[in-house]
Amino acid sequence: MTALAAFLHRHPRLRLAGLLSAPTAWLVVAYLGSLAALFLSAFWTTDPFTSDVVRIWSLDNLRAVVTTDVFRTVALRSIGVAVAVTVIDVLLALPVAFYMAKVARPRHRRLLVVAVLTPLWASYLVKVYAWRAILAEGGPLDWVLRPLGLGSPGFGLPAVVAVLAYLWLPYMILPIHAGLEQLPDKLLEASADLGAGAGRTFRSVVLPMVLPSVAAGSVFTFSLSLGDYIAVQIVGGRTQLIGNLVYANITLDLPLAAALGTVPVVVILLYLLAVRRSGALRSL
Amino acid sequence: MRRTPALAAALCAVALAATACSSTAKPSAAGGAGFTPPRLQAMKTLGPGEGRVNLIAWAGYAEDGSDDPKVDWVHPFEKKTGCQVSTKVAGTSDEMVNLMKTGEYDAVSASGDASLRLIASGDAAPVNTDLVPNYKDVFASLKMQKWNSVNGVAYGIPHGYGANLLMYRKDKVSPAPDSWAPVFAADSPYKGRITAYDSPIYIADAALHLMSTRPELGIRNPYALDSKQFDAAVALLRQQNANIGEYWSDYLKEVSAFKSGNSVLGTTWQVIANTAQAEKAPVDAVLPKEGSTGWSDTWMVSAKAKHPNCAYRWMDWIVSPEANAQVAEYFGEAPANRLACDHTADKSFCATYHASDAAYWKRVWFWTTPIPQCVDGRKDTTCVPYAKWVQAWTGIKG
Repeated sequence: MTALAAFLHRHPRLRLAGLLSAPTAWLVVAYLGSLAALFLSAFWTTDPFTSDVVRIWSLDNLRAVVTTDVFRTVALRSIGVAVAVTVIDVLLALPVAFYMAKVARPRHRRLLVVAVLTPLWASYLVKVYAWRAILAEGGPLDWVLRPLGLGSPGFGLPAVVAVLAYLWLPYMILPIHAGLEQLPDKLLEASADLGAGAGRTFRSVVLPMVLPSVAAGSVFTFSLSLGDYIAVQIVGGRTQLIGNLVYANITLDLPLAAALGTVPVVVILLYLLAVRRSGALRSL
Repeated sequence: MRRTPALAAALCAVALAATACSSTAKPSAAGGAGFTPPRLQAMKTLGPGEGRVNLIAWAGYAEDGSDDPKVDWVHPFEKKTGCQVSTKVAGTSDEMVNLMKTGEYDAVSASGDASLRLIASGDAAPVNTDLVPNYKDVFASLKMQKWNSVNGVAYGIPHGYGANLLMYRKDKVSPAPDSWAPVFAADSPYKGRITAYDSPIYIADAALHLMSTRPELGIRNPYALDSKQFDAAVALLRQQNANIGEYWSDYLKEVSAFKSGNSVLGTTWQVIANTAQAEKAPVDAVLPKEGSTGWSDTWMVSAKAKHPNCAYRWMDWIVSPEANAQVAEYFGEAPANRLACDHTADKSFCATYHASDAAYWKRVWFWTTPIPQCVDGRKDTTCVPYAKWVQAWTGIKG
């Protein structure tokens, strides 16, 4: 035993390899392995009558995903929803996180963080069905908006964006809050001393400092929205997103579902690359 | 791809028929009147129960009192046989086919658009009807039909049959509809409040509507559509899509939509209408004058069943006169067992649901899997197979 310890002490690289091999194997097998399996099955086909997977190689599924109009429309719609949800969440999270980190009294800050985290304790389905009740005809939203001559938007694309923006908001608030906490108050005071108004301080001091946090939060909101299919089924009316196409095909045509499933993977990879290029991740 | 000629390959790619094109390599695909299912043996003798049975069922087929304490035919079965029932409710036939492929379930209440697929893929085993004593009292018109037998071999026990109905809110829809026309009309006054069943098989509902509105298309069976007829049905559904509020496959979702008024008109099952009425939604359901699509369900045993003896006991139980009467009355369908008519709480139930009324069921087209060999008997053309229906359905929803 002591010999082994001495040996490892002399060979730091081996020591490191021994420590990291288990988590690395887990990452490669479970995470990359399943991605690879997904990608591989996209090249298979199915028996049209029994829906059994037939292991005949073909590019037809991937070609279908690229060339079929409806798949393109749905993919673009899904990206649009993910972008809209991300933008809404950034706009909502910035003031909330700023208040939590800078304005609220220190002993309230912790409570506010807990309050933001609380919705994460409730089941996803409960929250979405609650929104179905809120948005339904004659529901609370209808009741509130009726005096203003408006009504609930009903079930559809706007409802999906609203519900997803609600669901993923904590994932945006928390990183921004963490970023703002690290922002020294002195900088805000210095900016004010130099004569900058609130707007100028926000643009020139706060925003550049929290941009990496916003980018990190946006990776959550963007990818979670892009993959969602349950909220759409419940409040989406007749809308379908890329996740619904995967879900609809997974029962009958697994290879096509796999080909469709690669679309969000590719989009998210591109998004991560774009975020990285912008330099927002460098200071994380 | 390599084994198909270039032209065919190109056509396949264009039509996105990835699935249809490779089928030539596999002999299990349907072939005329009789395809050859995998060779599987039915059970010879009934052994002792395994203490458990896992079912895939339509909502309302295996009630254990959790939805309504008075509606319970699962606990008496468990008490009698010692087989603990666990039920997975499925919303569509496609879901059932997929769940059966997992091999975790022992029996399934398959409709006619799932049964042949399950037989062809070898997921459902032949059934030895001698081991199901109550089978002898099942209506003869339901036995050995094309959706529950292949080449004279039985693959299941008939459960019950019914029609897909038109449900409407009595306070929002007037006059009361007696036709599918307002569901499909482009200028329907109920735009944005129409609902439809979220499954490719719903294309048959559009085809059925076209049978009466556009006779020149010559549709004789809504499950046997050549490409011209199919395109017409798809075009009708695309036009309908603009008026749809939401599609449903989860029956509780439809109940809630009709309760709130988000949906006021659309296709339904009797059990949904009953549930909505029980929750005080002002709805009614009718069989429109053009007729309707419908289902004739069959309990089938999985080829990979881990509890086959309990599965056989369940099949015998669910078609026993008492249980069959209960399930038929709760779900709102005609029972399969002719003796069940004596056990219904409502003595006129079998008359209301037209059990064994052959003339009535002529207007109802039971779900059938569409296959290239037209099921209406046409030999001069090929019909659009179900795989294309699935693709078209995605396109319809847009």
